[in-house]
Amino acid sequence: MATEEKVIFERPHALLPVITNYCPGCPHGIVHRLVAESIDELGVEGKTVGVAPVGCSVTATDFFGCDMIEAAHGRAPAVATAVKRVHPDNVVFAYQGDGDLASIGMAETIHAATRGENITVIFINNAIYGMTGGQMAPTSLPHQVTQTSPYGRDVSTAGYPIRVSELLSSLDGVAYIERVTVDSPKNVRKAKKAIKKAFQNQIDGVGYSLIEVVSTCPTNWGLTPQDAFTWMRENMLPYYPLGVYRDVIADGFESVAAAAAQRAKDCPIAAGEGR
Amino acid sequence: MAEKVLMKGNEVLAEAALRAGCRFFFGYPITPQTELAAYMSKRMPKVGGTYLQAESEIAAINMVYGASAAGARVMTSSSSPGISLKGEGISYMAGADLPGVIVNVQRGGPGLGGIQPSQSDYWQATRATGHGDFQLMVFAPSTVQEMADCAFLAFEKADEYRMPVMILADGMLGQMMEPVVLPEPKADLPDKPWATTGHQGKREHNIVNSLYLQAADLERLNNERFERYEKIKQTEQRAELFMTDDADIVIVAFGASARIARSAVVSARENGIKAGLIRPITLWPFPTDAIEGVIPHAKALLSVEMNMGQMVDDVRLVSAGRVPVEFFGHAGGIIPTPAEVLAQIEKLNGKAGA
Repeated sequence: MATEEKVIFERPHALLPVITNYCPGCPHGIVHRLVAESIDELGVEGKTVGVAPVGCSVTATDFFGCDMIEAAHGRAPAVATAVKRVHPDNVVFAYQGDGDLASIGMAETIHAATRGENITVIFINNAIYGMTGGQMAPTSLPHQVTQTSPYGRDVSTAGYPIRVSELLSSLDGVAYIERVTVDSPKNVRKAKKAIKKAFQNQIDGVGYSLIEVVSTCPTNWGLTPQDAFTWMRENMLPYYPLGVYRDVIADGFESVAAAAAQRAKDCPIAAGEGR
Repeated sequence: MAEKVLMKGNEVLAEAALRAGCRFFFGYPITPQTELAAYMSKRMPKVGGTYLQAESEIAAINMVYGASAAGARVMTSSSSPGISLKGEGISYMAGADLPGVIVNVQRGGPGLGGIQPSQSDYWQATRATGHGDFQLMVFAPSTVQEMADCAFLAFEKADEYRMPVMILADGMLGQMMEPVVLPEPKADLPDKPWATTGHQGKREHNIVNSLYLQAADLERLNNERFERYEKIKQTEQRAELFMTDDADIVIVAFGASARIARSAVVSARENGIKAGLIRPITLWPFPTDAIEGVIPHAKALLSVEMNMGQMVDDVRLVSAGRVPVEFFGHAGGIIPTPAEVLAQIEKLNGKAGA
């Protein structure tokens, strides 16, 4: 009997055959793969430009096969905005962590979202600054012990965590926000679907899309990868519930512009009356 | 011959940038550069370009970084406090070898300072706009015509050397109106094979980056950059010489203060004092050759600035003790008068003659 080879699993083309610098058990590798698979399946690697953050994925410029830009800490949305404005037909994504996106880069994040920049943002929320060795992040949970909250995050002095998906979902420029995780094959598949949709939205010109991936940091949490996922499921998911936070397409609009016009229909100037 | 038009300095910077092929402008409101951004917001949509009012000076310069990485000719403008905020992004541009034009229509500082004209960002522009070892090319126009010429040239040099270029103007030049002949629009822009435009499956992926975790790599890149800087120092110095051939007292002044110094030189000559003016047009590279040229016959050098004495450091570095170097200036937005500068010339001439 002739043997017929059938490839059932391989490295995505948009992910380069290089060794990453991520710690064992770090979910960055899974999410990188989902981004690369989406780029492959949509056939857009040649016109995709990625923007990497400052943080553990600062060297993602070396891992993705598309053109890549390394941005200053928190500035990826501003950089991505300009790249997209120069080449509107390109596919532009920013890949950012919680310190980068929700702390030092919060202004850039909110304003790129409210402008409805037609970009895709992949947001990794693991409740800690990983690269610098485990400091308190804007998403660190109350009582969570980190290097800079050694007695646990005291909300009376350090305030409360920012729930990014909830916060951004109120903005008119936002097309799609979903919070996912990658702790099980089922959730990985859901995350893949969400990430691919966030890219498809951009291709379709729908508006700003952000996928928040609730993630882990086994190294700085001081847990094994599996125990880290357990801690994440027990503590992070109740605080950061998974799900779709905004989807203008599902709401029956063709773009953020249509959704925003409907919301502001009683405001004469916003509705464009008398122009 | 192109037609002469009467225009405001800030608007001329914008129009010349458009004619240099700039189609992307990212700004944030600040006095006294306001007219530049307003002009861009009016014109960009008419020429198929992008005007985007950023959420902050920091976002604006990082948009410049992104547009430049994507291969576009791009500009931002601000005034002193805003330039401090842009320092981060300018350093990243230098570290990633990205071209771009940054306009600083200076006002008095430090802090919020005032909104009157000043030259108190000389050190910032030429020494340490941001962290790390890097230089900007810095143009210092002195007339509205030169605002046009420098803005156009800035884009050419930024692309030629793949570095950020600053136009260091001030509130006086920005707000004043003068006749100007605008440059002819540039037809062909240079290719940028390094830009992140999407590889289209035709080349390796391009990376725009300023992170080098291996010390030897980072040192090598710094060395390469400084070799480029050395070439710029040798070939790009620009200065105007006015009555310096036989001058005993040579003023060094740039931008708005050079206009006043020039009047003082004319008055001094009428009074029989052999005065002259060296007007740096590039502040970096500093026109050391022009100053070196007067050292053999000058009895004193006088740096006239609208600050507490910043460029005088560079004049002293050239003189290296061979000729006495004095400073005269005003800070806070006060513009020196020709009479004040003339008095300084007379005083120095008295000392030199004694």
